[in-house]
Amino acid sequence: MKKFNKVVSAVMASAMVVSMLAGCTDAASTDTPDAKTDTAQQTNNSSDSGATFKIGAIGPLTGGAAAYGNAVCNAAELAVDEINAAGGINGYQIEYNKEDDEHNAEKSVNAYNTLKDWGMQILVGPTTSTPSIAVSEYTKADNMFQLTPSGSAVDCVKYDNVFRVCFSDPNQGIASAQYIADKKLATKVGVIYDSSDVYSNGIYQKFAEEAKSKNLEIVSAEAFTQDNNTDFSVQLQKAKDAGADLVFLPIYYKDASLILTQANTMGYTPTFFGVDGMDGILTVDNFDTKLAEGVMLLTPFAADATDDLTVNFVKNYQDKYGEVPNQFAADAYDAVYILKQALEAKNVTPDMSISDICEAVKGAMVEIEAAGLTSSKMTWDASGEPNKEPKAVVIKEGAYVSAE
Amino acid sequence: MRIDKKTKDNLITYGIVVAAFLLIQVLASTGHLSSHMKGLLVPMTYYAIIAVALNLCVGILGELSIGHCGFMCIGAFTSAFFSKLTEETLPGGLRFFLAFVIGIGFAALFGFLIGIPVLRLKGDYLAIVTLAFGEIIKNVLNAFYIGYDSKGFHFSMKSQMDLGLEPDGDTVINGAMGIMGTPHDAGFTVGIIVLLISLMVVLNLINSRDGRAIMAIRDNYIAAEASGINVTRYKMMAFTISAAIAGAAGVIYSHNITTLTASSQYFGYNASIMILVYVVLGGIGNIRGSVIAACILYLLPELLRGLNKYRMLIYSIVLIVMMIVNWSPKVIEWRKRTFGNLGIKKKI
Repeated sequence: MKKFNKVVSAVMASAMVVSMLAGCTDAASTDTPDAKTDTAQQTNNSSDSGATFKIGAIGPLTGGAAAYGNAVCNAAELAVDEINAAGGINGYQIEYNKEDDEHNAEKSVNAYNTLKDWGMQILVGPTTSTPSIAVSEYTKADNMFQLTPSGSAVDCVKYDNVFRVCFSDPNQGIASAQYIADKKLATKVGVIYDSSDVYSNGIYQKFAEEAKSKNLEIVSAEAFTQDNNTDFSVQLQKAKDAGADLVFLPIYYKDASLILTQANTMGYTPTFFGVDGMDGILTVDNFDTKLAEGVMLLTPFAADATDDLTVNFVKNYQDKYGEVPNQFAADAYDAVYILKQALEAKNVTPDMSISDICEAVKGAMVEIEAAGLTSSKMTWDASGEPNKEPKAVVIKEGAYVSAE
Repeated sequence: MRIDKKTKDNLITYGIVVAAFLLIQVLASTGHLSSHMKGLLVPMTYYAIIAVALNLCVGILGELSIGHCGFMCIGAFTSAFFSKLTEETLPGGLRFFLAFVIGIGFAALFGFLIGIPVLRLKGDYLAIVTLAFGEIIKNVLNAFYIGYDSKGFHFSMKSQMDLGLEPDGDTVINGAMGIMGTPHDAGFTVGIIVLLISLMVVLNLINSRDGRAIMAIRDNYIAAEASGINVTRYKMMAFTISAAIAGAAGVIYSHNITTLTASSQYFGYNASIMILVYVVLGGIGNIRGSVIAACILYLLPELLRGLNKYRMLIYSIVLIVMMIVNWSPKVIEWRKRTFGNLGIKKKI
């Protein structure tokens, strides 16, 4: 019993240290940019008319996926502040609140319920797919309008009250295969994907289907999981041996940066082709951006685009939060403006019930044509899927250049 | 009628659960319950259930298990798989009952299979094996693709396309995407009933002949063996029951959150350690304590939402403070001196 107690206390102590550390990093790493946000978390703008629209956002603000959740919640906040400063929606100010879900479906439902108690009328979120699907069960039951900026799995929009801003995973897979085939970038394709990730799997599945019909030959399809994402030499060697002249990477940029580095060490130089998760690769610490030279990716947003909207957005975001926004931020920023457009199209007022607002916005969504950061022309059909053109960019001299 | 001390103690435990249930019902019907709280009720019940299960293993049997969420995962996936298949053919109540039978059955089966080699050994091998089991089951389920169409079941461990489903087919388990759209059958009442049943099973087991044998093994292995107790048999019994109850928690889990993925945040090492934290803070071997600790510690980070970034930090500090206040000999001594016997009595 004594020995047993020792083991228990050792395990407990380590568990506590781990949770302490987790707590510390959360507080410390986000300290600088969020010092301002903390006070401004509830953007209580007293409006003259009294009534306000209440928009809530959900995303992982702590934990491994915090980069995405913070991007979404910050950008939504930025958009809300801008709209409020410009006079609000239909003359009404917007109140904004965000909740943390730790990229956990269970926590996400809790976050949704918290926001509902606060009086939320429209939900922008959740940021990630699985939480988004879990929450959509509840928004459906409450008939609350939900616009997820970045929930890309197919099932995210299976209910009629849920729309999304980003491309769905299958669309990205199909678009990638079509792009590669149409531009004749390669005939033999190797794929390295993350089998433990919904996003990566979803893209890969559709890519493989579309590749078959486009006569692209997938010569190697190698998986890794989040538990073994440090050494990719086996996967790269297989692609190399199979003679792949293009390697498709439907994964997030952190893993991709390792793959590029290791391919370089091996002396393997195919064309690397990524999807929107690859956006951010130029900002990875200690990553030699020269290695990303010639990498192609499909992304709806490039932070160094030169149109006025993007330039302003990037500047304001950087001033406020101290970092360059990624495509998650762009999707969320667009989401708030899309809501504004939809609410204005139907002359919605905040005193309407949640369900009435939902019906009105649902009707408006299929009629409006929105222009934003992620596309100059977005339309929706009743399924909730956006119609917009994917943009392909290629990395040249450490910057995105349009790959037309 | 005379009630002995243990029965009284058990009745208090049931009483607390029933009273909490009634209180919540009254609050809900009078509209005093926020939707946030309502959403927390079901998770609270299944974490309480798995804490009871783990306490049976850690506190009563005296074997450390750090992969109990693996059994929860088994219960969740098998039952969700069943419910998804029979969603249209079986009526809700019967389907959910059968889902329980299946989830609990499979979790118990795996508990039994793992127990066979490990529980014959002396020492902390169970901790290592359950840890490995928890990780393996998660990774194996992430590689499963099971679909169903007019021709029957299709199975693959490579990808969804390899299933070769007919156009009318439906992918039930889709690899890392898990099972989507399990019917939302679980509710607070079901959770409380299952919690009460697991409490009855565990408390009655502790007070039975078998339970005394199990605790004898915990307290002195050699003496128990010398007294003629079949050590392996009793260890297996306690561990299988513990796994079965964890499976029941998994069934409620999968029928409450309709997206089920076998990722580490739900069923991994950290999740199992979290349950162990509930058990240790509630008091090892103290079943009632586990239920209360699970509820409080699940609620705490949620109620601290207002504190935003600092909530997980505060949560960790609260854990340490609770640990010291509950278990440090100096503090216990101080508490005794200061409060005398005012309701604080040492358990176990």
